[in-house]
Amino acid sequence: MQDTIANLKKGQKGVISDFNIEQIPLKLLEMGCLPGNTIELIQTAPFGCPLYFIVNDSHVAIRLETAKEINVVIENQN
Amino acid sequence: MAQENIKVALIGNPNTGKTSVFNQLTGLHQQVGNYPGITVEKKIGTCKLSDSVKATILDLPGTYSLNASSIDENVVIELLMNRKDENFPDVVVVVTEVENLKRNLLLFTQIKDLELPTILVINMSDRMQLKGIELDIPLLEKELKTSIALVSSRKNIGIENIKNLILNYKKLPTEPCLNASVIDVEYFDKLRKAFPNQLLYKLWLVITQDVNFLNLDRNEMKSSFTKSHADLKRLQQKETIKRYQFINDTLKIGQKIDHSKASDIRAKLDRVLTHKIFGYLIFFVILFGIFQSIFEWSKYPMEFIDSSFANLASYAKNNLPSGEFTNLISEGIIPGIGGILIFIPQIAFLFLFISVLEESGYMSRVVFLMDKIMRRFGLSGKSVVPLISGTACAIPAIMGARNIENWKERLITILVTPFITCSARLPVYAILISLIIPDEKLFGFMSLQGLTLMTLYLLGFGMAIFSAYILNKILRISSKSYFVVEMPSYKIPMFKNVSINVLEKTKAFVFGAGKIILALSVILWFLGSHGPNNDFGNAESIVQNELNKSDLKYSPKFLEDQISSYKLEHSYIGIIGKSIEPVIKPLGYDWKIGIAVVSSFAAREVFVGTLATIYSVGSHSDEEDTIKNRMAAEVHPDGSKIFNFPTGISLLLFYAFAMQCVSTLAIVKKETNSWKWPIIQLVFMSAFAYVTALFAYQFLK
Repeated sequence: MQDTIANLKKGQKGVISDFNIEQIPLKLLEMGCLPGNTIELIQTAPFGCPLYFIVNDSHVAIRLETAKEINVVIENQN
Repeated sequence: MAQENIKVALIGNPNTGKTSVFNQLTGLHQQVGNYPGITVEKKIGTCKLSDSVKATILDLPGTYSLNASSIDENVVIELLMNRKDENFPDVVVVVTEVENLKRNLLLFTQIKDLELPTILVINMSDRMQLKGIELDIPLLEKELKTSIALVSSRKNIGIENIKNLILNYKKLPTEPCLNASVIDVEYFDKLRKAFPNQLLYKLWLVITQDVNFLNLDRNEMKSSFTKSHADLKRLQQKETIKRYQFINDTLKIGQKIDHSKASDIRAKLDRVLTHKIFGYLIFFVILFGIFQSIFEWSKYPMEFIDSSFANLASYAKNNLPSGEFTNLISEGIIPGIGGILIFIPQIAFLFLFISVLEESGYMSRVVFLMDKIMRRFGLSGKSVVPLISGTACAIPAIMGARNIENWKERLITILVTPFITCSARLPVYAILISLIIPDEKLFGFMSLQGLTLMTLYLLGFGMAIFSAYILNKILRISSKSYFVVEMPSYKIPMFKNVSINVLEKTKAFVFGAGKIILALSVILWFLGSHGPNNDFGNAESIVQNELNKSDLKYSPKFLEDQISSYKLEHSYIGIIGKSIEPVIKPLGYDWKIGIAVVSSFAAREVFVGTLATIYSVGSHSDEEDTIKNRMAAEVHPDGSKIFNFPTGISLLLFYAFAMQCVSTLAIVKKETNSWKWPIIQLVFMSAFAYVTALFAYQFLK
């Protein structure tokens, strides 16, 4: 199954592969949430939403439903 | 001597310290106003560049890009697209910060595409060493085709450099730094051929934005260059990627970051401040601390202002030649001004705390923590900021709801914010509580009066949340819930920024609300000291006759008081008050309170001032007297106290829920762009207030 950034664990990183452009606010793209960029989950608020990420040096919080639209290749943890 | 004036526009992402650059450049030479027709704050300042040249600097709202998603951001593009605008800049200054240079440059490359002279300011240079960042400025200047000023607005370094660059703006290159039209060559070629006289990037902005500019026929343009919404967005994504490619290539050679040096205080603070348990604990401790200190600290200046104005009024009355004009001053104007100034301490403290929380970057963490909880009530995490600032004043709070992306969440926030106890209710609460709640301690340490006040705050907050919940169920608006919050790095708030902010906000409140309060005080004084018929004019002889008939022994002072109250009853205000008495009597109010309640539909804070005016017209005592003492002395004809427990509680509840603020209604009309919502607010809240007050009084009496 395809992973989304909502599947990341705290402190885990991944590389954004693609997303459904219609579900993603333009502002998020402008902050650097673009395919090919590395994204890291910093913190999850209680009840799993919102989620706090670092991508392209931007520190940004988004809601779960947006996070579920962004596909990611999760980095192997060794 | 004629001075040359250079018009400058200051643009930048939020959290880049743009406002501190503005403050450093202009100092206190600032003016805050609004853009015509909308409530977006417009800040203009001036700055001397040389003996013969000055700059007029416009601080534009913070924006992430030229793709506008709110009216604040629209202001930015509309200005930059319209050469005929009186504020159209000669030179644009883009403010970025050293830690987020990559992202900040996105906006810069867009502005360069407009082919305007542009200066790049890289702010917070004092953090470079700490973060292990090195910049090759000459190389960046060449690649980005601009002049760079490396500054630290915090340490006041490099500001002179900006001034010099502005002074020599004619030497700045105006060509774009990249060619964005390669994302769809065919499409842009067609566009260029159709409108050969227009800048390609401007055309592109016109197509993608919902704003009107240029004198182009939008419809014609839309029809011949239509693309589906998704296609346009795909192109915008391509454009963004293209820009980042350029920025990354440039920074790869122009910027060096030694990651090992990056000591991360931010990560450590975030771990605690957004923690599932500690995060909330800290937030509530901070909130509690804020409210405690606001009341404790402002108590003394408020008492001082109250008694000084009482002194001043009696001084004026005793020392000016007696007559109509002196009465206007001592009974209308002085109490009126006092009624405005008494708010200053609390408002200033509240704005102080709010701007410290915002400046430090902590507010974004609160938004993050509260989002999920607030969503259950149809609100957004971003509603927390308006709800907190609503404790100062609903007007800036409702304007602050603007950055909530989801329309339904924003509307609900706007509709429920007036339930939050604003500072205008505070003097009403304070005076009523001191009249009806004994000054005793519960369990030896909790002040009963303080506890009552806290209960009223909680009541307002509870009502806001409860009505949000109901509105969320009723309102059928489906809108996409986009939620993107930047978590800025933590900063120690700058004294200059905070103090200018507090000063501006307090000034805006005093002059905005102050005009209404003062005007009403004067009108009330006139209505209270003039009457329509002979009963008023002949008050002396009528009262005298009555007393003579009754055969009572009376002192001259008693006679004076009788005359005054007879006059008041037969003045215009008395007649108005008496005619509304049937409606307010079931709530436990007499006609004097009725006048105060009605006049405070313009603004709540008028209540205390109105009673002060009515009672100072009504009393003839020469000794100085505070409003509270006068209210406590008021009695019904049968001798029982007017401000007793049931009436007091009924009034408190009425003020807690009623929509009594014309300015708030006006702002809601502007922000929702319809009369529907403010009218619903007015009717629903006031009806609810009436019913609650009615039940409370009938139950307690």
